Amino acid sequence: MPTDTALAQTRSRSMSLPRINGRAVVMVLYLAFLLVPIYWLINMSLKSNAEILGSFSLWPRNLTFENYVTIFTDPAWYWGYINSIIYVTMNTVISITVALPAAYAFSRYTFMGDKHLFFWLLTNRMAPPAVFALPFFQLYSSVGLFDTHIAVALAHTLFNVPLAVWILEGFMRGVPKEIDETAYIDGYGFGRFFVKIFMPLIASGIGVTAFFCFMFSWVELLLSRTLTSVNAKPIAATMTRTVSASGLDWGVLAAAGVLTIVPGALVIYFVRNYIAKGFALGRV
Amino acid sequence: MEKTRNEKAWFLVLPVLVLVAFSAVIPLMTVVNYSVQDTFGNNVFFWAGLEWFKETLASERILNALGRQAFFTAVILAIEVPLGILVALSMPKRGVWASVCLVLMALPLLIPWNVVGTIWQIFGRVDIGLLGHTLAAMGIEYNYTQNALDAWVTIIVMDVWHWTSLVALLAYAGLQSIPEAYYQAAKIDQASRWKVFRYIELPKMSGVLTIAILLRFMDSFKIYTEPFVVTGGGPGNSTTLLSIDLVKMALGQFDLGPAAAFSIIYFLIILLVSWVFFTVMTNLDKKEGK
Repeated sequence: MPTDTALAQTRSRSMSLPRINGRAVVMVLYLAFLLVPIYWLINMSLKSNAEILGSFSLWPRNLTFENYVTIFTDPAWYWGYINSIIYVTMNTVISITVALPAAYAFSRYTFMGDKHLFFWLLTNRMAPPAVFALPFFQLYSSVGLFDTHIAVALAHTLFNVPLAVWILEGFMRGVPKEIDETAYIDGYGFGRFFVKIFMPLIASGIGVTAFFCFMFSWVELLLSRTLTSVNAKPIAATMTRTVSASGLDWGVLAAAGVLTIVPGALVIYFVRNYIAKGFALGRV
Repeated sequence: MEKTRNEKAWFLVLPVLVLVAFSAVIPLMTVVNYSVQDTFGNNVFFWAGLEWFKETLASERILNALGRQAFFTAVILAIEVPLGILVALSMPKRGVWASVCLVLMALPLLIPWNVVGTIWQIFGRVDIGLLGHTLAAMGIEYNYTQNALDAWVTIIVMDVWHWTSLVALLAYAGLQSIPEAYYQAAKIDQASRWKVFRYIELPKMSGVLTIAILLRFMDSFKIYTEPFVVTGGGPGNSTTLLSIDLVKMALGQFDLGPAAAFSIIYFLIILLVSWVFFTVMTNLDKKEGK
């Protein structure tokens, strides 16, 4: 449609000159506001403690990777990362496995109590972890799971299972029902249809859900700290305890912080178009 | 999509039901159990009725925490929502820069919450932080560990830093769904920029904005880690929000009864808001004919 493009061009040309500038200024200021504190963390992680406390500089004068070396050679530090990755992965696998059939049920069928159940799941996503900290501690202690990875993984299903069900349901609604019906007519059983046909169709949805389960389990501190002491202690807890104990090793603390940002930063590009959807529980 | 009625679908939701029963119902029952009992130690409990609830609702400390919590949530909503809309309107609509903006803006959302706290804890320090140092160089006295007002400003700026992008990303998703033809019609009608915003963009964003506001409301209402790392609830009790207070009571002092009653009241507030959220979202889904 040539007229449309012409119109669009006139529009953008006539409105652009004063507006583009204003918009660019807002964007630059906002992004600077977001990035400067992160830059400062990176800056500090590349300095020695003597330099951090001794002089004030906007960039590292004596660039050093010592803080990162400390983390990668001290088991107390790097085990924090390994522990976190173990329980986060377990949680992601559990959450998606149980959420897949449930999301399918919610997207395809009505059944007794479905609306109530869906709402009840949501309340768990909204529940303050502080309410659950003490009962979780007692529950997992009484069944002998305290300070294990699976305890944290199960505790995090509190908010990740509802999240997974809601996001997956959002993606599944987009798949036309005729596909299911055709497959059943062609003689597929439910299990084979679900794994062979349906799951590939919502593969991107599963990927996005996995990302968000991973993320929300990775960023949580209160429950993971309450449920662990030594063997499954997450990196987040390692960091806070170091602060309260010595309160001095700023360089290592900054380096540890930078390393916790890395997993999210690595995959963020691939999910950029689904970030809004994921944070809004699949409702956008 | 027309859904079929099928009671067998219950089998599909059964795993979720069992898992969430274990991770939510059992702990919640423990809380209810404690909230109506008292103990003198040695695991001997006796019935206390609604005593703890009365005490909680009359406790000045908890009511103060609730007041601070409400104030905190109101302030961050008042800043994050307009700012988020402004940012969404300013974002490039397509192309490489749109991707760059999306990725950079999402970055704070993916940082572990205690690291968010650490970032601002460092950033605000007068001796080693850029913000604290700059303010001191400008002759402004700023110390978030001593001064209650400074502590408040710090946690509010931190929350704006952390979560405004969420509002912006949702608003942006709403803006993307507006067909170009709407703008052309507005152009033909010679509508002003304000009118385009008021009559085209805002109504199209209202759905996602409702979700954004409610998410921000609820998540800020249960905030714990970030202010805890930065201020620890201090100076004094000045930044002790609900969750910080509750954790202090339950895990610090092991006051089981009062902490449990507190938990239940806290949870009921959230439940009420969740219900509003759910109703609004189901109505939105219906309106869009999904």
